[in-house]
Amino acid sequence: MRHIVSILVENKFGVLARIAGLFSARGYNIASLAVSETLDPTISYITMVVEAEDEKILEQIKKQLNKLIDVIIVTDFTKKGHVDRELILAKVGYSSKDKSKLDGVLNKAGAKAIQRLDDAAIIEMMGNQDDIRELLDGLKQFGIKELVRSGRIAISK
Amino acid sequence: MKLTGAKILIEALKKEGVEVMFGYPGGQVLPIFDALYDADIRFILTRHEQGAAHAADGYSRATGKVGVCIATSGPGATNLTTGIANAYMDSIPMIAITGQVKSSLIGNDAFQEADVTGITRPITKHNYLVKDVLDLARTIREAFYIASSGRPGPVLIDIPSDIQQQETVFIWPEEIEIRSYKPTSFGHPGQIKKAAKLIASAKKPLIYAGGGVITSEAHHELRKLTEKLNAPITWTLMGIGCFPATHKLSLGMLGMHGTAYANHAIMEADLILAVGARFDDRVTGRLDKFAPYAKIIHIDIDPTSISKNVKVDIPIVGDAKNVLGQLIENINNLPDTSEWLKTIESWKKKYPLKYQDKKDIIKPQYVVEQIYEATKGNAIITTEVGQNQMWAAQWYKYDYPRTFISSGGLGTMGFGFPAAMGTKVGKPDSIVFDIAGDGSIQMNIQELATCVCNKINVKVAILNNGYLGMVRQWQELFYKKRYSYTTLTSPDFVKLAESYGAIGIRVTKKEDVRRAIEKAISIDNVVFIDFKVEGEENVFPMVPAGEALNRMIEGLA
Repeated sequence: MRHIVSILVENKFGVLARIAGLFSARGYNIASLAVSETLDPTISYITMVVEAEDEKILEQIKKQLNKLIDVIIVTDFTKKGHVDRELILAKVGYSSKDKSKLDGVLNKAGAKAIQRLDDAAIIEMMGNQDDIRELLDGLKQFGIKELVRSGRIAISK
Repeated sequence: MKLTGAKILIEALKKEGVEVMFGYPGGQVLPIFDALYDADIRFILTRHEQGAAHAADGYSRATGKVGVCIATSGPGATNLTTGIANAYMDSIPMIAITGQVKSSLIGNDAFQEADVTGITRPITKHNYLVKDVLDLARTIREAFYIASSGRPGPVLIDIPSDIQQQETVFIWPEEIEIRSYKPTSFGHPGQIKKAAKLIASAKKPLIYAGGGVITSEAHHELRKLTEKLNAPITWTLMGIGCFPATHKLSLGMLGMHGTAYANHAIMEADLILAVGARFDDRVTGRLDKFAPYAKIIHIDIDPTSISKNVKVDIPIVGDAKNVLGQLIENINNLPDTSEWLKTIESWKKKYPLKYQDKKDIIKPQYVVEQIYEATKGNAIITTEVGQNQMWAAQWYKYDYPRTFISSGGLGTMGFGFPAAMGTKVGKPDSIVFDIAGDGSIQMNIQELATCVCNKINVKVAILNNGYLGMVRQWQELFYKKRYSYTTLTSPDFVKLAESYGAIGIRVTKKEDVRRAIEKAISIDNVVFIDFKVEGEENVFPMVPAGEALNRMIEGLA
């Protein structure tokens, strides 16, 4: 099962390597990762999506993260009310005759085309995982040439 | 007044009460060594950086103080890493200082450059690369605080050579506050109450103590609680000395080479009170068969140790000394253990620790027993790793904490001799014996020079069986006696000791064992005793890896 974990850390060099090292040393993968400074520039906010087969592994991950000296707070959003979002950019095959079909898909999903090139369009969408999945399903018919995802960020309710 | 980074380091170490350092110089620590030249700190030049790390580690285990070692960049630092990993696995407070190439060259594949903070990240509690001389004093203060508090461990400080040379005003931060690091000290009162209640209702309680008791100096509290509950107690390899082995409630060590009665007790207990122990695989044996009838209370300073391997019913995070104190106060109703103790007494009679002594051959266990007798149990014993370590654990009775010094978690061959050196430096009035094997002793034998030059008069008892004994034992039991590369040719240890200016004694007859030990103790020099012992003696009892604890191989005797 995938879990969203947020980590407040000291904004210093090497901190991300310590966190990544915990996962790599145990052979756990990080599904997504987003890092940025907070209002307090000495603190960074990390949002991670991790794969954990059971509660025990998730517990260990959280405890091990907390054990790192530079980690300030670890929050597990799994059972906590939260909102999460991800930004995606997709390049899809496009020609002007597809315009209305593409617009239909985009409008339904709340996405937009930020660039229309000769043979492709660049689509932007921000949303939760279900919305994004729905959009990607709709875009398949045009051919998705490239897809870039920001990784999820989350905030508690 | 402005000081160089190197001088600031020395001043800071003195502020931290450092009396001795172990290490080796090199290009990128020249400024530090220049400052050490007339500093008020004893410096011991080892013959290999690994020796320095193990010596600092041994010093720390023997004294409870923070051990300090230093090496240059690149190969100096990488040579420390085994010693750092060793200290990390056994939660030993240690500071490792390494020189780094100058800041402008970092990342350029400069001469003797290695990414030392990168290499040591998974084997240190924390590490620092100092990039500004202004940060140096605070970094050292933090490093000592982190190394010695909570669950202790090694902290490495990597200092580029230009930072060692830059000057600034030395400001020592008396108070230290790390917002992201707040170890829990006392147990949660609610958990303590629950634990007290569970203990009162137990019929077959067993205390299982580990190295955390020694780290937190909780041996008095542990003894008080054990006697109050009138409960049997067993301990891990790291816990040896946390409770008197000669006490009637003692079951000795448990686990793979633990006593049969300790292992039977854990399999039959209805309550296990674990204190400062981490349910290591060498202790639990097969996990799904471990302690099938027991509720478990687990006291540990490190939350990651709790419910990592074994599911715990009542976790109590906190310092062992404090939590045991809290428990003693809160336990009003005591369990009736009389029947349980009778059962245990019958196991002690039925399955004693034993070996088959012989007249004409020296048994390694006999040597250890004789060291115990000759020193009246007052020596500090360090060990290498393998059979020598297990015999030293089984056949010497340790009544005091910090008298058994051994590489537990990492299992580092070559640890015992430099650790003995560090121990003797920290405890100059104690008799220090390294119980070694002919394999392990050769892994850091260069430290003979360090011991002789500095008059660090440790005694080394080599249980010389001509094999890498523990691996040979596994080959005998599980690989059809195919002794693949475990027979060992060794140098003449007597001549070798003599060539370094130490004393060598060879013992080939059983009747000479005791006399040789007594002679070694009386000689005011480093002494190697080469005991020619039974070649294919095995360590028993033994729980084969992956078996339940009560599935022991008892041996022949």
